[in-house]
This record gives sequence, structure tokens and C-alpha cells, in this order.
Amino acid sequence: MTAVETGAVHAAGAEASTETGPATPARPKGTHMYVLENVTKQYAGKRTVTALKDVSLEIAAGQMVAIQGPTGGGKSTLLQMLGALDRPTSGRVRLGESDISHLPDAKLARVRAKEVGFVFQGFNLIPTLTAQENVETALEPLGVPGPERRRRAAEALAAVGLADRATHVPGELSGGQQQRVAIARALVKEPDVLLADEPTGALDEETRDEILGLLEGLWRDRGLTLVIVTHDSAVARRAERRLHIKHGTVTER
Amino acid sequence: MFFTYLRRELAGRRRQTAIIAIGMALAIALVMIVNAVSTGVRDAQAQVLQSVYGVGTDLTVTATPAAPGEGDGPQRFEFGADDGETADGSTSISQSRLTSGPGSQTFDASSLDTVQGLGGVSAAAATLALENVTFSGELPDFSAQQDGTDRVAPGDGTGEQPPQGGFDGAGGSAFDVDRVSVLGVDPAGAAVGPLSSVELADGRGLESGDTGQAVVVLDATYATSAELAVGDTIDLGGTDFEVVGTVASTSADATTASNAYIPLDLAQSISGQDGMISDLYVQADSSDRIDAVQAEIEEALPDATVSTQADLASQVSGSLSTASSLISNLGLWVSLAVLVAAFLIAILFTIQGVTRRTREFGTLKAIGWRNGRIVGQVAGESLVQGLIGGAAGLVIGLAGIWIVNLMGLTLGGSAGGITAGGPGGAAMQGADASGAMPGGMAGGPFGAAAATQTTTEVVLNAPVTVGVIAIAIGLAVLGGLAAGAIGGWRASRLRPAEALRSVA
Repeated sequence: MTAVETGAVHAAGAEASTETGPATPARPKGTHMYVLENVTKQYAGKRTVTALKDVSLEIAAGQMVAIQGPTGGGKSTLLQMLGALDRPTSGRVRLGESDISHLPDAKLARVRAKEVGFVFQGFNLIPTLTAQENVETALEPLGVPGPERRRRAAEALAAVGLADRATHVPGELSGGQQQRVAIARALVKEPDVLLADEPTGALDEETRDEILGLLEGLWRDRGLTLVIVTHDSAVARRAERRLHIKHGTVTER
Repeated sequence: MFFTYLRRELAGRRRQTAIIAIGMALAIALVMIVNAVSTGVRDAQAQVLQSVYGVGTDLTVTATPAAPGEGDGPQRFEFGADDGETADGSTSISQSRLTSGPGSQTFDASSLDTVQGLGGVSAAAATLALENVTFSGELPDFSAQQDGTDRVAPGDGTGEQPPQGGFDGAGGSAFDVDRVSVLGVDPAGAAVGPLSSVELADGRGLESGDTGQAVVVLDATYATSAELAVGDTIDLGGTDFEVVGTVASTSADATTASNAYIPLDLAQSISGQDGMISDLYVQADSSDRIDAVQAEIEEALPDATVSTQADLASQVSGSLSTASSLISNLGLWVSLAVLVAAFLIAILFTIQGVTRRTREFGTLKAIGWRNGRIVGQVAGESLVQGLIGGAAGLVIGLAGIWIVNLMGLTLGGSAGGITAGGPGGAAMQGADASGAMPGGMAGGPFGAAAATQTTTEVVLNAPVTVGVIAIAIGLAVLGGLAAGAIGGWRASRLRPAEALRSVA
């Protein structure tokens, strides 16, 4: 199925990107940020579970893509493949010019450190660190010196409107504020890609819109490739391109 | 970032940090105290042994004890009719003999040359342990009765005269038996042997020019009790020895190894044991070679018994021995058990912490932290927890050692079965026929046997050494690293996707 369909997917995505995409994409328009070729992911256990089935997909640089689907359909697994968090059982995943499907752990860590930013549903902040220090953790693996690290983290927090909460630990912040810190942490290293796994799933409606607005603004301003996994159709509708995944198979919406 | 994260984690997880630190602290303190007390007991044992063997002696060589043979029976003193001095109807007699004590063995003095010729021996000295027994008393002047004009025929009761003279003036007799331990030593050498642990109290010590001279150096305590001073004479084996000096123990002991020290050659000739010695004191040139030297001596002198300090320590008995056993058995195992428990607590809490922080580590991996960096973070946290425990343990341990020293525990030790002191060794002072022995030891018919032990009271002093402090720091680091290594290993095995999925 997927070769022809993914071609169509890409074409549709490219068009959408031209109309509403960011002014300064991280990679030149028309290039592929991601190319997935026949990607299959299986989890071994008492019963082998196939989370992704022979998925082929292209995502253009600077595109905002929403991935929807039922629970257990393979959304998070696809996001993990895109985020170099896991390797496919078979097939290839290309991020830019790199094939990340067979890289050793250390190089995968390097790809994650430099090129990919993550935003999680549960925020995943370090509870004992302040907002500022949480943001700094993203610069630690890049070897950014302390003073520059602190300056960039402060700027990132200011960009999400939390300059005055820099010294607060997550427990002292609201859900929306924590997610802002998580977004600052994802963006402080200026990645090519921002992957968001249900970024508004734990937020009320008002905060959801606020966070979505923030993400959209950052996407536009920075030319990011933004991939959002969501159950929420209201979130998905704001994306340039919508993919649906069910039983490990991706289709265009 | 490392230290910021570490500080925040330790401060943010105070309960875990406190439990691990307290466990480590108690274990380390216990190990420190047991170690210090153990060292104190060892020092006390060494002190007891030093009083007998002297400073620096690594090995002693003695003749292998043999079953009592002919000539080992009771000593007999014989007096002729003309012996003694008579005055006022009473005759005073006195006779002294210098002999090996009952059961003591001697061996050829050439063994000294043999031992000195062995490799690894830096010094050796020979001694001959003897006992001087003086039999003295007062009895009636029987010659006056026999030679008098009032001699009557037996059975003629009318002419009998009641006995006169003697110690009570009515024909009674009284006898004293004085025993003095005597050690024949080489006047030229005191590097090893009993005289190496004494200090001069008065006069002078034995010198190389004293060979063949009837001079004696007395134990200061004995000299006081016998009312002897430098310049006086003492009868040893029928020879008058001039007291040229007195010596005192440099250890906590009240007495030295023997009551009297005389030149070896004179001790041999007066006691009729020419060319014989009873003990060899050997110093090895390196503590690492003691066992090798022991083996060499045993090969060269197959009939001799060669003992190391460790062997000698096992001869120490009394409360000191009990304390030593308690420390080496119960104390060691209890402290090891507590230590293992503390380590396990630290490891389990660290693993629990890693498990609880699965999402945290998964997130850090997701944003690019490498395994090594996360392992280092976990290990660093554990190490600091261990060091906090170590610091607390050091303080508690030092306080415990201080309390032990403050208590001033007194341990009694006896170096039994040692021939260096000879029969009637240092503890035997002026035993007399009445069986009473100054110094509180039991006398009586078995006084001589009892006197073969040197009893010493030693105040236990648990020292705080660099080693003790090193143990505390070492255990803290070790415990922290062990917990950190295992916790870090657990963290490193987390795959980022699985770590995030497990809590999603």
C-alpha cells in the first residue's frame, strides 16, 4: 500500500507546507526531513506484537504533521522511530541525510541531542531541578559551557513566557507552565525537528489552546518540522497535514 | 550541571539520603571501633610479650620440652657438721644453688652461631634462665649438747636436759627457702632479648668488660623488696655478686623479665651448664621474612621449638586473651554483618531510586544524554551518600573510640609457658617456705609452677590511627561505588523508548 500512498502523502504535505509553513524552515523547502522506507517494528514477548507494518513515509522539512489514531495503533512507536529513540525491526529511517535505523546507541544519542526536540504528554521534567535547570539539561549533552548554557536557557524560558518562573521547581508550576518549560527544553538546542507526544493531553481546554498557539508560533518563527501525536481532532485540524495510523498502517487524512 | 543535579537530587530526596547515610555511618563506626579495639588488644598483647621477650624480638628459640627425667626430682641441701655459724646455742646455716628450674630445658650454645649465620637474621642473642634457691635457717647447737659433761645414758631420765638454743631458744628450728630468678645474658649485646625492654634505674648495666666478672644487675622492684642497692652483694650459687645496677621495665609492667641478670659465661659455669643456653632471641631483617627465617631455623635446629610473635601472642591468657577472642570472633563478624547490611541497604535504595526515576532517566536519554553520563550521575550521587555516611561514621567511630579509652578498661594478661623468665620468673619475688609470695601470687607447694607465668595488667588503649581513618573513608567510597555501580548499571540498561513507554 504504502509506496504509492506515501507519495501522495508527501505531495499533499508539500503543498500544505507551501501555503502555511514557516518563513524560515530549518532545512530548505522541498527537501525531506524524514524518509521512512518499509519500516516494520515488532515487539517480542509471549506474543509478538507488530506496532508498525511496512510503513513508507516522507515528511518535508518545515512541515507540521499531526498523527492520529486509536490507542495501540502505533502512534507512539512511529514517533519513537522518528525521534531516534528506537530502531525498526526492518526497513530504513532517514533523518536528513542520515540513516538512523542502524546507528549505534551513542550516535543515536547524538542525533537526539542535536536534531530532535521532544515534548511529552506528562511534561517529563526533572522534579528536583528548577525550570531553568530543566531547560539546561538539553544543552548538557552538547557540551555547551555553563555561562552560555544559562543564558540560552533563560532566553528559551523567556520565549515561552516563563522568565519569572526560572527558579521554580516543577511542583511549583501549573500544568500549562510545566509544558511550557518542556517546550523551552525542547527548543533551547534549536533542533530541526520537534516531536510532540500528546502535548495537550494533560491540559484543560484553555491551556491546550494556549500551548497549541505557542507551538504554532514557534513552528512558524523557527521553521521547525513539527510532528504532533494527538487524540484530539481540534489539535489535529491545526496541522498542515494529518496522518492516521491504525494497526500499524499509516494513511493520509 | 553534574554538581547542580547531584546537589538537587540529594537535597530533594533527603529521606533516602539520610537512611543510606545512617546505615553506612553505623557500619563504618562499628568497623572503626572494632578495628581500634582490636589494635589496642594487639598492642596490649605485645606489651605483655615485650615484658618477657624484649623489644624487637621476632622469633624465640627454645629447647623442645622433655618429660621429667633423672635429676629433676626435689632439690636436696646437705650441710656438714662444721657448716654454719654458732652463737648463743644456735647455729645459722645458709646455702644457695644456681640451677635450671624444674622442667626447663637447655641446648647447645653453638646454636647461636648457627642462627646468626642464617639469611634474614639481623640480630640474635642467647640467654640461660636459672633459678637461685637459697636455703637458710637456724637450728640448735647440737654440738654443745653432744660435747657437754652432762651427757647421760639413754633412758636415764633423771639426767636429761631440755633442748636449748634454736630460733625460739628452746631447741626449735626454722628454715627459709628464697627463690630468685636469674638470667644469664651476653653483657655485650642488648639489641634483642629481655634487656632491650628495660631502662636503667640506678648504677650501670652489664658491659662487655663484665664477662667473667661476678657482677649482677637487679630488677629494681626486686631490689627494693630484697633491700638491695648498688654496691651490695648477693649470693647466687655460692658466689657473691656485686650489684652494679638496677633496671626497670619500660612497659606498663611492674617488673622486668627476671630478678637478676648476670654474665652468661658465669651463669653457665656456676650452674654447671657450660656451653648451654635456654633461649635464643632472634630479630629478622624484615617483617616479611619472619616466616622464612622461622622455617630456616627449624631446619637448622630440628630439635628446637621456634616461635613467632603470633605464636607467642597465642600464649597470652587471661582477660586479655578473652578480649582478643571476643574481638576476633564476635566483633569482627558483627561488624562485617552490619557492614554488609549497610551496603545492601545502600544498593537496594539506589536500585529503588533508579526504578522510581525510570521516566526521568528515559527523558534524559531522549534529549540526548549518554549512558555514561547517567551512570556517572547515579554513581556520583551514591558516592556522595556514602561519603556523607563515612563522615558521620568517622565522627561516631571516633566518639566511640574516645569512650572506650575513657572507660580505661584494664585487661590482665599472662605469658604462660615461657622459659625466658625461667622458673620463678619476673612475677616471682622472694617466695619463701611459708608459701606467701609478695605480689599476691599463690604460692605453696606449687608455687614454682605458678611462677612460670608473667601476669601483667594493661589498660586498653584503642588507638586512632591513619589506618582506622583510611578504613572509614575507604568503606564509604567502596559502599558508595558499589551502590552507584549497581544502580548505574540498572540505569544504563534502560532503553529510552521503553523507559518512556513504561510510564506513558
